[in-house]
Amino acid sequence: MNRKLSAALVLGIPLAWVVVFMLLPYGIIVTYSFWVKTYPTFKPAFQFGNYLTLATDPQYLQVLGRTLKISALTSLFSLLLAYPFAWWLVFRCPSQALRTWAYMAVIAPLWVSYLLRAYIWKTILGTEGILNSFLMSAGITSEPSSLFLYNQFAMVVTLTYIFIPFMVMPIYTALERIPANLSEASADLGMGPVQTFLRVTLPLSAPGIAAGFTLTFCLSFGDFIAPFLVGGPDGNLIASVIQTQFGSALNWPLGSALSIVMLVIVLGIVSLSDRIEAKAQTGAA
Amino acid sequence: MAMKPSSSRLAADTALTTFVCLLMAFLYVPIWVLIAFSFSSSRSLTWPIPGFTLDWYRKLFANADLLAAVGNSFYVAICASLLALAVGIPAAMALHRYDFWGKTLFRRLILLPITLPGIVTGISMLNMFRLFGFSQSLETVIFGHATALLGVVVTQVFARLQRLPKSLEEASYDLGAGPARTFFRVTLPNISSAVVGAGLLSFVLSFDEIPVTFFLTGRDNTLPMYIYSTLRRGVTPEINAVGTLIVLATLVLIIISVVLSRDRTPR
Repeated sequence: MNRKLSAALVLGIPLAWVVVFMLLPYGIIVTYSFWVKTYPTFKPAFQFGNYLTLATDPQYLQVLGRTLKISALTSLFSLLLAYPFAWWLVFRCPSQALRTWAYMAVIAPLWVSYLLRAYIWKTILGTEGILNSFLMSAGITSEPSSLFLYNQFAMVVTLTYIFIPFMVMPIYTALERIPANLSEASADLGMGPVQTFLRVTLPLSAPGIAAGFTLTFCLSFGDFIAPFLVGGPDGNLIASVIQTQFGSALNWPLGSALSIVMLVIVLGIVSLSDRIEAKAQTGAA
Repeated sequence: MAMKPSSSRLAADTALTTFVCLLMAFLYVPIWVLIAFSFSSSRSLTWPIPGFTLDWYRKLFANADLLAAVGNSFYVAICASLLALAVGIPAAMALHRYDFWGKTLFRRLILLPITLPGIVTGISMLNMFRLFGFSQSLETVIFGHATALLGVVVTQVFARLQRLPKSLEEASYDLGAGPARTFFRVTLPNISSAVVGAGLLSFVLSFDEIPVTFFLTGRDNTLPMYIYSTLRRGVTPEINAVGTLIVLATLVLIIISVVLSRDRTPR
């Protein structure tokens, strides 16, 4: 086997894969998104009716708004929980061994089934669940409350629980890269710990925050397990609607158009976060 | 820093430590709840648990559908991670070595499924398979998973390749070895820890995957799909028993991967 042939293989196999299993399928949903539904199937066309429906029907706009809200809240709560933890790991953790274990302990749940981690919250938040039993035995409430399950609060809690590791990992990496002498220099120059944090540590960890926010936002944006398990009647998210269009509603063109909307939003967020990371890196250099 | 008599700093540290403990509780109490309920003698999931039983585990091992689903999951996860490695390693090498037209697009496409919700991958591939007349089966699931996992493999292998001195491969060529021999005797052994790590991670992610599987599977269920469909019908402690076994298997896998990486780093 000569070097030219090997180069052709190394390049050819992945290129062919990307063309056949990614470019082609994406091309097909773009095409389908312009088709027309004619019950019980659909026929080729080139019209923007599906996108028009999505843009004008309040039902879809509401779902889109709700999905954006839930993903934003999930990312925000993950950040609020993950940042202090990562900061503690890097700057306040008493020993290297503890640091390794604590980091592993936060990442490990990623390996435990995602479906199960969502399902546990259904059993915790339900009327007969742990939370209600606890509140009643503590005398805080007198009867089981149905307030906790089947609403947006339950979805945000569940999704935060599932996606926290994705927030911890990049923030930890970013904080770990900050040279220790920077905060010492800042202290020597007379800045207090709060000022040092706000003007040195926080800006330098921005790329980690951007990466973590992107991951948690995009992942919760496309989730249909949490709405299915803990979402309840007012908890439909975009992915659940797409699922219905390809299932019982049998409207593949509309489902395809919705998938394209999702794809575009995700691409937008990813390139925005790439830009933030690039900017932070050139700013640091 | 030690100049201030910092009782405020002590208070802040105590608050932070408390926060860390609470976060750990938030992450792990639910998992203990899952395990505890798998031994509950009551059908409904109420606290406190009325009594201890192993019945759910007995039921689980007598459940033919569930055991078939576990078998399917192993089949899919093994094939999908091998396929992802077979395409991902050359992809990482291509990104590392060559400059070619469309390289940026190529990289972005390969890494896209890491952030792109699985539902989009699943639907786009479903459309394509249907268009070309393939009906859904475990094999279409394998191709879907491999595509979704490609990014994971490429990220890990690419990072390792970057730390590998170019001189090694050049020396191998100078000594007269061909590209195939160089790859199998020089490159692959040097990136083996990244390859094993990527393979293990792909296996776990594929074993656990739902959105892509949901659209691409036919009659056969994988384990997560089986659990998903039982959850539609209602909740039983049998699911908790399955969950407990998954947690146990996960723990074993994590220990294996830690031990493996420990063995490899000193060299």
